[in-house]
Amino acid sequence: MKQVEFLNVVMPFKDKLYRLAKRLLVSKEEAEDATQEILLKLWANNTSMANYNNVEAFAMTMTKNFCLDRLKSKQAGNLKLVHSNYKDENTSLQNQLEAIDSVGWVQKIMEELPEQQKLVLQLRDVEQYELDEIGQLLDMKPTAVRVALSRARKEVRVRLMAKHNYGIR
Amino acid sequence: MELDKINMLMEKYFEATTTVAEEEVLRNYFLNEKVAPHLEQYTPLFQFFSRAKEERFTKQVPLKPRKQPYRWLSVAAVAVLVFGIYFGRSYQEKREAEFAYQQTKKALTLLASNFSRGTEKVAYLKEFEVAKQKIYNNN
Repeated sequence: MKQVEFLNVVMPFKDKLYRLAKRLLVSKEEAEDATQEILLKLWANNTSMANYNNVEAFAMTMTKNFCLDRLKSKQAGNLKLVHSNYKDENTSLQNQLEAIDSVGWVQKIMEELPEQQKLVLQLRDVEQYELDEIGQLLDMKPTAVRVALSRARKEVRVRLMAKHNYGIR
Repeated sequence: MELDKINMLMEKYFEATTTVAEEEVLRNYFLNEKVAPHLEQYTPLFQFFSRAKEERFTKQVPLKPRKQPYRWLSVAAVAVLVFGIYFGRSYQEKREAEFAYQQTKKALTLLASNFSRGTEKVAYLKEFEVAKQKIYNNN
């Protein structure tokens, strides 16, 4: 596969990879590195890429696994300590989000969720994947995905309510 | 959009039984329309999701058309090895043959020299014969 061809295949979903990585890894730099790593891996295997019937799903799964490994590894443990310092340095979008307080809350709530709930919310509510697609990506049955998604949404609702009512009650 | 429908969709949303299209309806409602007071608390949620989708991966990835010299190197190495073994062996065989030839030659020379010594001795027998003839002739 030529470079141009490769870019045509990869370009449409590279942002999705990045957003997924960022959802899991939180830090922008980490997410960028992860995305780059995934893209380079794809490029390294580009001869066999024609064999995958869904490159996007494959890449998303790769990203998910890579990020989860990353979080498990010792390296990420060290980084986690730094994460609390990261927030202020993040890009303008992050600042924009923080500027609008309640949207910032949602951001924080999302960061506190367990990995699986982050994943389903990211894939469904941000990227609008179908349940069975998410099932494929996460290696779960669609019904299990639905349950996880419902639980995640309710969890966000509960936490959002708590924050919402914080000054009032 | 009628409020009833939105209320119903929200309920379905939290049970995660909405379709992607229905969620799109909800998103549109929360982002673009005047949101009913009792639903206002969910606006940030949908704002967050739509903003989160705007993030872009801007880092340039250095995609070099990867040449893999090592692969050819291994082919070359194998070729050299095969040639080496092939020619090495034929050289070895040649040397062994040469050695065997020399050895045989030596053995044969030894044999030949012993034979010739044998014939020298046989020459005496001829002398004997001459003497015998002399005796016969004299009688």
